[in-house]
Amino acid sequence: MTNKQTPYFYLLMAFLISFSCSDSSGSSDGPVDNFDRQSILENVTDNIILPAIEDFSLKTEQLEASVILFSNTINLDNLEAVQQSWVEAYKTWQHVEMFNIAKAEEVYFIQKMNTYPASISKIENNISTGNYDLETNNNNWVAQGFPALDYLLFGLEDTNVGTVEFYQNPNNIAYLNYLQDVVSQILATTQLVHQDWILNRDVFVSSSENSATSSLNMLTNDFIYYFEKGLRTNKFGIPAGVFSANNTRPANVEAYYHKTLSKALSLEALDAVEGFFKGQAYNSTGTGAVLSTASLKSYLDYMTENSTISTTIITKFTDSEQLINILEDNFFSQVTTNNNHMVDVFDKLQEVVVLLKTDMLSALSISVDYIDADGD
Amino acid sequence: MKNTIANYFDRQTNAAPLAVFRVFFGVLMCVSIVRFWSKDWIQSLYVDPSFHFSYYGFEWVKPLGVYTYVLFLICGISAFFVAIGYKYRISILVFFLSFTYIELMDKTTYLNHYYFVSVISFMMLFIPCNAQFSIDAVIRRKTYKMVPNWTIDSLKLMLGIVYFYAGLTKINSDWLLKAMPLKLWLKSKYDLPFIGQTIMQQEWFSFFMSWGGMFYDLSIPFLLLFKRTRSFAFVLVVAFHVTTRILFPIGMFPYIMILSTIIFFESNVHQRILYFMRKILCFFKIKQQVSRIPILEVDRFIVSNFSRVTIVALMMVQLLLPWRSLAYPGELFWNEQGYRFSWRVMLMEKKGSSVFKIVNTKTNSFFYINNNDFLTPVQQKQMSFQPDMILQYGHYLGSHFKSQGHQNVAVFVESYVSLNGRLSQQFIDPTVNLMKLKDSFKNKDWIKPLNDEIKGF
Repeated sequence: MTNKQTPYFYLLMAFLISFSCSDSSGSSDGPVDNFDRQSILENVTDNIILPAIEDFSLKTEQLEASVILFSNTINLDNLEAVQQSWVEAYKTWQHVEMFNIAKAEEVYFIQKMNTYPASISKIENNISTGNYDLETNNNNWVAQGFPALDYLLFGLEDTNVGTVEFYQNPNNIAYLNYLQDVVSQILATTQLVHQDWILNRDVFVSSSENSATSSLNMLTNDFIYYFEKGLRTNKFGIPAGVFSANNTRPANVEAYYHKTLSKALSLEALDAVEGFFKGQAYNSTGTGAVLSTASLKSYLDYMTENSTISTTIITKFTDSEQLINILEDNFFSQVTTNNNHMVDVFDKLQEVVVLLKTDMLSALSISVDYIDADGD
Repeated sequence: MKNTIANYFDRQTNAAPLAVFRVFFGVLMCVSIVRFWSKDWIQSLYVDPSFHFSYYGFEWVKPLGVYTYVLFLICGISAFFVAIGYKYRISILVFFLSFTYIELMDKTTYLNHYYFVSVISFMMLFIPCNAQFSIDAVIRRKTYKMVPNWTIDSLKLMLGIVYFYAGLTKINSDWLLKAMPLKLWLKSKYDLPFIGQTIMQQEWFSFFMSWGGMFYDLSIPFLLLFKRTRSFAFVLVVAFHVTTRILFPIGMFPYIMILSTIIFFESNVHQRILYFMRKILCFFKIKQQVSRIPILEVDRFIVSNFSRVTIVALMMVQLLLPWRSLAYPGELFWNEQGYRFSWRVMLMEKKGSSVFKIVNTKTNSFFYINNNDFLTPVQQKQMSFQPDMILQYGHYLGSHFKSQGHQNVAVFVESYVSLNGRLSQQFIDPTVNLMKLKDSFKNKDWIKPLNDEIKGF
């Protein structure tokens, strides 16, 4: 190397070293004049996820208590108490299903809680053999959770009186045992996930970087995934037959045996996704509670330097809600009488999916998948 | 004139730069293959997917199931043989063929730098990179001091084309006047220490990087060409590529470019590098054994006319090919007709959502497709905004459902795309039956026009 080139060489080395150092050093203490992403995580975790899972945990405890009461004294009052606590827990569940993260993902929380339609043959087979594993056997996802309870509480007989008589029959003691086991499994899994959220709250909140495994990216991905699959496809698309050559599948609605709950559940779910997007605290009503500086919406506004996209998304949330409100309480009869209204909701929700997957993800530069490949 | 051209092609120069280039290239390619393998990408990108997006005219190039691993193994071994210069001509041929085959298997993974590797390895087939410092030299007991000067110049020209065209394509209104898409990408790098929360969030910084990137790409070939600016240019090259390595997930590309540009240095620099390499070999006691074999130093390596003509023809193609997009109407970034193989790098933040609808044309009954059933997440992401891939996938779906016994199958797509921060808009005409369309080099008039204009290249 000539003398003339030597200074360049040192410059080059200094440059390389400076970068290799900066790669591994900690976070900055310098002036922060940009959007605080950690505040989104704090708001979402402390005001949405934790309160929702805590409430849900409470509701599952009440569900179990009512089932114990019913088992001890099988009568109409106690059955209706179980049914009522099932409805309350199922509604609260709609605010939890979106967060398929960490422990929830690990223990297949979503699959165990809400895989529908339930398989009646599987449930009946489990009951008759008395030999089943709800904890680890994937084949039993269709035989537990809220859909299985839907069948056990509303599907065995046409009337509640009939159901009480069914459980009073000593020959059907296995059904009562199965009911208890399903509820115990719900409670156990929920407490596992709830405890994990409490324990790992700080770790979760501090992971605000932009990488495939960071909290913010996983939350965003889960939010979109839930919106597309859990809400759009499962609650509307599949029953309306848009994935099955216009062969409607009315028996695939959520809470099929209860009959009048499917609409209420879908409205809860829509409320949950909208609340998450806006950063609105769990169970807060209406306007005042919006923490507008710490949500996906405010982050989107920061990145795009205006609120065009977020306003469009929120408008379509409202449109969707209005379209759902037109529907009957019972989606089964809605699908069988006038399926077009179901398809309308699906189409409107699909418009939101487009905005979330293209406009929002583009603006946030969050990768849509966990697979990393090179770009150029 | 004819004489000067003839003289030019007769000019000889020291062979050291080619030897250095060969070693670096071979080693980097070998590392690339090992890296690709270790990240399990062979499995997730080539073995797992049930459907692959082939290039027009190369539909017969398909992954080979588990034997795809053998293909990568062959590619890696041939790269190693290239590095050590063992049976060089056959090794570089095998490398070129296996690497290019891999790239042709699925255009989901198209990257400009993979194309660059294919082009360079094709050129190396006609260039005597094994003249010096190679196992071949030991085997034939002959080492060549000189090689035709044009062989080295052709590699410089190719690198120059890559940079210069990359710079030209940055001259557009999105890149220069809106700092798009860099503004989006830089702001999302908030998690970088020190700079993430500060300058990455600044508007001026996005503009600085956009304009700087353009000037860098346009000027670097010339700065590297002249002796007075060369060292400075190389510092720029390293700084630029290290910066891109930190900011973006671009794999091996920065290292390939940094080591390739060394070819611009004069032969004494390369002789020094070879000297260092020999020292390393000494350390491993390889040199001592080899030096016992008498090797004859011959003056010049004769390169065939055929090689010369091929390289000249290739250079012409390389100069012209990126302009083919001018033959198509409409917005290039939107339609992507003539976008690939043109050194258009990092120009677009494009995301799409494409939902396919299978319709029975007799009964008008229809159903939507869940793309997860057929494509991997990476394939879905790439397909959803690239028209040729949308069409190919549409045809695949159509024939799939026909073979399942569905009648009167028509395939429609409801596709929305957002480009460089614009609001998403409908991408493909939703009333067009994809089964009725054929992919070709003709203008794809079934793409809905972008409601905006991007000026420039």
